[in-house]
Amino acid sequence: MTPISPTTRVLGALASGVLFALGLAVSGMVRPTKVLAFLDFAGAWDPSLAFVMIGAIGVHAVAVVVARRRGRPIASDKFHWSDRAAIDPPLVAGAVVFGFGWGLAGFCPGPALVTAASGSLGAVLFVAAMAGGMFLRHHGQRRIR
Amino acid sequence: METFTPVSSLAGGALIGIAASLLLLLHGRVAGISGMVGEALRGGASIRGEGVYRLAFLAGLAITGLVLRIVHPSLLSASGAPSAMGIVLIVAAGLLVGYGTRLGDGCTSGHGVCGISRVSKRSMAATVTFMAVGALTVFVVRHVLGITL
Repeated sequence: MTPISPTTRVLGALASGVLFALGLAVSGMVRPTKVLAFLDFAGAWDPSLAFVMIGAIGVHAVAVVVARRRGRPIASDKFHWSDRAAIDPPLVAGAVVFGFGWGLAGFCPGPALVTAASGSLGAVLFVAAMAGGMFLRHHGQRRIR
Repeated sequence: METFTPVSSLAGGALIGIAASLLLLLHGRVAGISGMVGEALRGGASIRGEGVYRLAFLAGLAITGLVLRIVHPSLLSASGAPSAMGIVLIVAAGLLVGYGTRLGDGCTSGHGVCGISRVSKRSMAATVTFMAVGALTVFVVRHVLGITL
C-alpha cells in the first residue's frame, strides 16, 4: 500500500469540509427560517429537515459499517470514536441548553460558521457569541480540575 | 412561509453523509462541528499533528460559505445587519449553543448525524433532547410570546 502524503491528508479533510458545507446549503440547513419552520410543530410545519437527517444517516451508517470492517482508517492509526456510553446529567443538560439556543436563532454550529464566512453580520455575531459560550465551558472545566 | 423540499433536503443530507464518511474513513475522525471548533479554540492555532485535519475541515466550511455568497447567494440567508432585538437574541442564542454543545459533547452533526449513524444511545438521547427543547423554544417564542423574526 502506498503511504498517504501529508498533502493528501489535508486536502481530504478540506474536501470533506467543502462537501459538508455544500450539503448544509443544498439541504436548507443554513437558512434559520427553514430550521425554525422545522421546529415549529404548531405553526406552518416544514418537515424537510427530517429528510436531511435521513439522507445523512442513510449514507453515513454504511460508512460506519465499512469502517468497523476495515479496523483502521486510511490515513490514521485508529478510529477516534467516543468510548463513552452513559446518558449522564452533563449530556442531557448540554443538549437542553443547546436546544434552547438552536430554537431561539435557528443556527447550529456548522450552518452558523458557513453563513458567517459568507459575510452575514448576524452569523458573525452568532459565531463570536458561540466561541464565548465554548470558552465559558472550557474555563469552568479548568476550575473544577 | 417555508416550502417543503424533500428532494433537495435528502440530496443535501446525502452530501453531508458523504462528507462525514470521507473524514471518518480517511482520518478516523467524527465530523462533529462543535467539537472541532471547541478543540481548535482550546488548542489555539496549532497546525501540527492531528489538529491539522480539523483546521482543514473548518477552512473547507468557510471557503464554501464565501464562494456560495458569490455564486449562489439564494441558498443562504440575507447578509444584512440584524435589528436591535435580533442582536440580543443572536448573542444569547450563540452563547447557549456554544456552552451547551461543549457541555453535552456535540451538536446536530456529531450527535445527530454521526452518533445516530453508529447507533449510539448517548447521541440518540442528546438528539431527542435538543430537538424537543428546540421545538418547545420555538413554540413559546412564536405562539406564547407572539414573536416572529
